[in-house]
Amino acid sequence: MIKYISRRLLMLIPVLIGVSILAFSLIHLVPGDPARSILGEKATQSQLEALQEELGLNDPYYVQYGRFLGDILKGNLGESIQSKESIGVELLHKLPATIELAVFAMIVAIIVGVIAGVIAAVKQYSWFDNMSMTAALFGVSMPIFWLGLMMIWLFSVTFDILPPSGRLSTGVELHTITNFYLLDSILTGNWLAFKDSFSHLLMPGLALATIPMAIIARMTRSSMLEVMRQDYIRTANAKGLKKTLIVFQHALKNASLPVLTVIGLQFGLLLGGAVLTETIFSWPGIGRYVYLAVLGRDYPVVQSTILIIAIIFVLVNLITDILYKYLDPRIKFE
Amino acid sequence: MSLQPIPNPEIKSKEIAEQQKSKSLGIEALLRLLKSKTSIIGLIIITILIVTAILAPFIATHDPTTQSIPDRYQAPSGEHWLGTDELGRDIFSRIVYGTQISIRIGLIAVGISMIVGVILGAVAGYFGRWVDQIIMRVIDIMMAFPSILLAIALVAVLGPSLTNAMIAVGIVGVPQFARIVRSAVLSVKETEYVEAARAIGGKHGRILFRHVLPNSMAPIIVQTTLGIGTAILDAAGLSFLGLGAQPPTPEWGAMLSDGRAALQNAPWVVAFPGLAIFLFVLGFNLFGDGLRDALDPKLKE
Repeated sequence: MIKYISRRLLMLIPVLIGVSILAFSLIHLVPGDPARSILGEKATQSQLEALQEELGLNDPYYVQYGRFLGDILKGNLGESIQSKESIGVELLHKLPATIELAVFAMIVAIIVGVIAGVIAAVKQYSWFDNMSMTAALFGVSMPIFWLGLMMIWLFSVTFDILPPSGRLSTGVELHTITNFYLLDSILTGNWLAFKDSFSHLLMPGLALATIPMAIIARMTRSSMLEVMRQDYIRTANAKGLKKTLIVFQHALKNASLPVLTVIGLQFGLLLGGAVLTETIFSWPGIGRYVYLAVLGRDYPVVQSTILIIAIIFVLVNLITDILYKYLDPRIKFE
Repeated sequence: MSLQPIPNPEIKSKEIAEQQKSKSLGIEALLRLLKSKTSIIGLIIITILIVTAILAPFIATHDPTTQSIPDRYQAPSGEHWLGTDELGRDIFSRIVYGTQISIRIGLIAVGISMIVGVILGAVAGYFGRWVDQIIMRVIDIMMAFPSILLAIALVAVLGPSLTNAMIAVGIVGVPQFARIVRSAVLSVKETEYVEAARAIGGKHGRILFRHVLPNSMAPIIVQTTLGIGTAILDAAGLSFLGLGAQPPTPEWGAMLSDGRAALQNAPWVVAFPGLAIFLFVLGFNLFGDGLRDALDPKLKE
């Protein structure tokens, strides 16, 4: 096991180096002078030279890359051009927002997706099976930004029961410790803030949950169908075991491995790919942070944040793989 | 690197495709495809969209870019079936013309993914060794980014435009094709007829394109169909973020984005382009799922 994990960690190194080169290269792939593209057409020559100097653009590429990598390894993610703030400090605020959203979405997606998938498989070709699989197909075909906007129109504009944007209403005070607002409000016993931040989380969380929910439901169904055909399930049925016991104890346990892989992959995607949802609901997470940086040509932010997201994504996938092997004794650790 | 354990149904389909070669794979698969209700629905949706795109000038009731400020934000009516947007343009006509753009995006983006992905995957699988190592490590690096984020980063570099959005979405789709084609090639490469072709002195290029790739077609066709849906969704997302199609292009994602400000008073400006995207993607997903089942009867059981 330890050998397997360390081998996988070693294999990560070339990928991470490649990722860092890609993130670093972004600024140099911009056509023309990056400094001019940041400052715009009206910049004077001296402003340009100052920025080139500040960004170290006059050094040879390998020196620049070495400095980029060295800074990252020291935990120095650089400084935003727009806000002049340290990117590391900003990420400490944005990352918890994204994780909170992703975890909430994933919990919803897993509960609904697995239950729907199990019922659909047990009652194959029933109206529930048809309905839930149609819903799942609609879920993966739906533009999430459209779904989000329609939710805002319905729940914020028409019925006015949920807040359309942000993490907390103005006027609601919350003493932040971890920057996970739900957790912080529990830790400080602030129930008003808990209720408020939960109501802010609800819409973006549900919108973000749509796609993983659909994929998990489809995967659970097909995996369950496969397991339910096995001999030992027939034996259990023949023995006269209770249906619920067979479904949950015998079948679901063995059907859960492929589902777990999908869950891991989707969770990784949510952590880094929530750009659209975060933008629509003005959720102050890393997805929106990168997007605003792209619009503002804030290349240091784009570089560092993309690198961080890729690292998180790769690590989540690695953990999924390790869990998969750990949970399935049939798979040997080479 | 870390995504491997997902069972890949496409690989199995190729084995079956081989077994059935004598019974004419194409006709068998076609019959199965026509029997499936979902793929027929998908096919109907796709056909309607293509016809709409071709006949757009005859179907549209107004010019898609003509502005009429006095008519702005009109609710759906007999004159404007789906209402008007912030510049008084007819939304129905814009959606109709948008079909042309969306089909173009889907075909070009997936075309890029397919051509690059098939070549990379085939070369990696066929030649193996260090060629395989290098190509697959590059693919690993690309897959280390969530796809929409990689697309955004690419557009950030290339500059926002519809063409660049198509290129970005196309590049992001390359790893999928490369991986599918690589594993298909890996298993075909060991078959006896490929060995025979090699034994009679066939050149690598000829073996690859005449013998190996044609027998790896099934998974490529399925991925292409499903990929079009994903490409439309991603490209619309980029346009929605202002990184794709620029005004006044009647691209659905960009139309949605224009309507955001008026969500309170004119929800139809957002609602209908979104429905169009949904329908388009649904059509390709239904058809793609049907295709996969048709080309892989084992899965259907």
